[in-house]
Amino acid sequence: MKIRAQIGKVLNLDKCIGCHTCSVTCKNVWTSREGMEYAWFNNVETKPGIGYPKEWENQKRWNGGWITTRSGKLQPRIGAKWRVLAKIFANPDLPEIDDYYEPFTFDYEHLQTAPESKAMPTARPRSLISGERMEKIEWGPNWEEILGGEFAKRSKDVNFEGVQKEIYGQFENTFMMYLPRLCEHCLNPTCSASCPSGAIYKREEDGIVLIDQEKCRGWRMCISGCPYKKIYYNWSSGKSEKCTFCYPRIEAGQPTVCSETCVGRIRYLGVMLYDADRIEEAASVPDEKDLYQAQLDIFLDPNDPQVQAQARRDGVPEAWLEAAKRSPVWKMAMEWKVAFPLHPEYRTLPMVWYVPPLSPINAAASAGKIGIDGEMPDVRSLRIPLRYLANLLTAGKEEPVALGLERMLAMRGYMRAKTVDGAIDEAIAQRVGLTGAQIEDMYQIMAIANYEDRFVIPTGHREADEDAMEVRGSCGFSFGNGCSGGASGTGLFGTPKRERIKAPRENA
Amino acid sequence: MNAWFNTALFGIYPYIALAVLALGSVVRYEREPYTWRSGSSQLLRRRQLMVGSVLFHVGVLIVFFGHLGGLLTPIWLFDLVGIGHGFKQLLAMVVGGIAGGFALVGGLVLAHRRLFDPRIRSTSSFSDIAILLLLIVQLILGLGTIVVSAQHLDGGEMVTFMAWAQGIVTLDPAAASYIAGASWIFKLHIFLGLTIFLVFPFTRLVHMLSAPVRYLWRPGYQVVRSRRRRAVQ
Repeated sequence: MKIRAQIGKVLNLDKCIGCHTCSVTCKNVWTSREGMEYAWFNNVETKPGIGYPKEWENQKRWNGGWITTRSGKLQPRIGAKWRVLAKIFANPDLPEIDDYYEPFTFDYEHLQTAPESKAMPTARPRSLISGERMEKIEWGPNWEEILGGEFAKRSKDVNFEGVQKEIYGQFENTFMMYLPRLCEHCLNPTCSASCPSGAIYKREEDGIVLIDQEKCRGWRMCISGCPYKKIYYNWSSGKSEKCTFCYPRIEAGQPTVCSETCVGRIRYLGVMLYDADRIEEAASVPDEKDLYQAQLDIFLDPNDPQVQAQARRDGVPEAWLEAAKRSPVWKMAMEWKVAFPLHPEYRTLPMVWYVPPLSPINAAASAGKIGIDGEMPDVRSLRIPLRYLANLLTAGKEEPVALGLERMLAMRGYMRAKTVDGAIDEAIAQRVGLTGAQIEDMYQIMAIANYEDRFVIPTGHREADEDAMEVRGSCGFSFGNGCSGGASGTGLFGTPKRERIKAPRENA
Repeated sequence: MNAWFNTALFGIYPYIALAVLALGSVVRYEREPYTWRSGSSQLLRRRQLMVGSVLFHVGVLIVFFGHLGGLLTPIWLFDLVGIGHGFKQLLAMVVGGIAGGFALVGGLVLAHRRLFDPRIRSTSSFSDIAILLLLIVQLILGLGTIVVSAQHLDGGEMVTFMAWAQGIVTLDPAAASYIAGASWIFKLHIFLGLTIFLVFPFTRLVHMLSAPVRYLWRPGYQVVRSRRRRAVQ
């Protein structure tokens, strides 16, 4: 056994209001640079929909994630190592920028400088890549917001697998949910495995997956390898970039920017202990539907003294062991089993988990034909099809998701009884395999969601491996090359110097 | 061509070019690692790249290793295994001709894409365009030498080029004189080749030095880095 700790994350989709604050604050901090305009380390998708980039979940098209070979060994879906290298001159599995969207700006200046005319001056769009006029914007990072566009196009969503999707195209039966997405900081990342340069690595101390910007050569295999399409090629610097899990903040004990600014308070950060020796075993179980359970099995109980002793031997700091005991991620994923991994069938063992959303009871059910399971509505008659959620979160296995939803309904029932009727109804808790005390705890963490309950982040211990005197007055975070701020206007060896795109007068 | 000029171009210039290639690459790798990349533009435009890039790279790789092995392998080694000079020349002409043709077609496709696709053109630096055009001219010259070679199939002229290249590598002061009598097209080809060496560190060509062959025998799949100083069992 080799114990490692990771800062894991849970997003409570039941509370996500789709406001995009996470995406915007993330972009302002990390990707507001040339070459990364199109990249959103965090984006919020409306489901059902094909997402960003287009059809990212369709691995028949993009070949992301892992497969098991005939002998049961794990191998990236894009191919064995020699196969990856054979694609290096032209990568057939790489999305084009139009699959994300062509970044654009508007000729704002024209509004101020336009001469007197009969018609109102307008600010027309202009490409941020070529600088040329764009007559029509065809696609954007959030084109399907709140079910925008025809159902026929949105329904290419592969999560409809096994669902009779036609009826959900009808207005009366339609459903939607939000899915905020970021890098999963997987235990078994395919991006890292498919990087020919070895530039992508997982940090042993906190599990954050990063790209060494000085070692990346732009072979762009990671973009194909990652099934979540959460690695972005910076077309200006020629390097790939990805979500950093705001590691400078995490090291200081602060939540990531997306978590800190989440107005719905849906994001949770906490330590998870896992057995690093069993990653391969867990990721290569034969049946995809067992992957969720396999990942649960390699998480280790932070309250087990034997685990604690081994963790200390493996160098996990004491503060991290303490934080692991209070981890909201552990509680939701392991104790209450209300959080699930996103697409475990990719075999990457993702570490950003999701609490599935509850939804209203279907119209048919409310018209007297309601499926009632005891005093609670049957989760199979919720508006969002259970199978859809299961395809998203448990490789199609419905039982775990159903139990999670039932527990969330039970929490509502229990707390309603307590606060409205003034009665403690232990039976509600027992029906879903919990105790009243656990439900109270769930309520505290998931409904009240205080800051200190959501973010239990121990500080990194840089003092143990770094002499602060030596790094005084240095740059801290930079884009490689000493103190570079990411703008690469250097001359001799550098990248192209480009003029800022100016908005020419429309009549000129 | 007078002897002084010949010595300057083929006796001295090679050392300048190789020195700049070596030192420039070391300096760039050490001082500007952030700029060391292949510079792929596939994300911006897939069309034309799929065909052009594969043809170009495969062709250039065959041509490059053909030149490397063909020029720098000592001639007695060929004699030892019984490969005749004439046969070696024919081999170089046929293989080099086919691979060079591939590379030229690929290069022309890539050049068309780079010059006439608005996305690629506006994100290209001077060096991106210049190096591609240089390589295309070099490929045309290289293919042009086949026409000259075809007029004498005994391998004699080829052996003088081998002697020159090996002379340069072994610091032979008389190296330049070996090819004093070669056809102008060979000389132009060699001069341009040396010039490509010269500008190598200042272009995207540096990605050649990072060809990720190590990936093939990198143990396992995952890369984990630890900051801890003490070894963790």
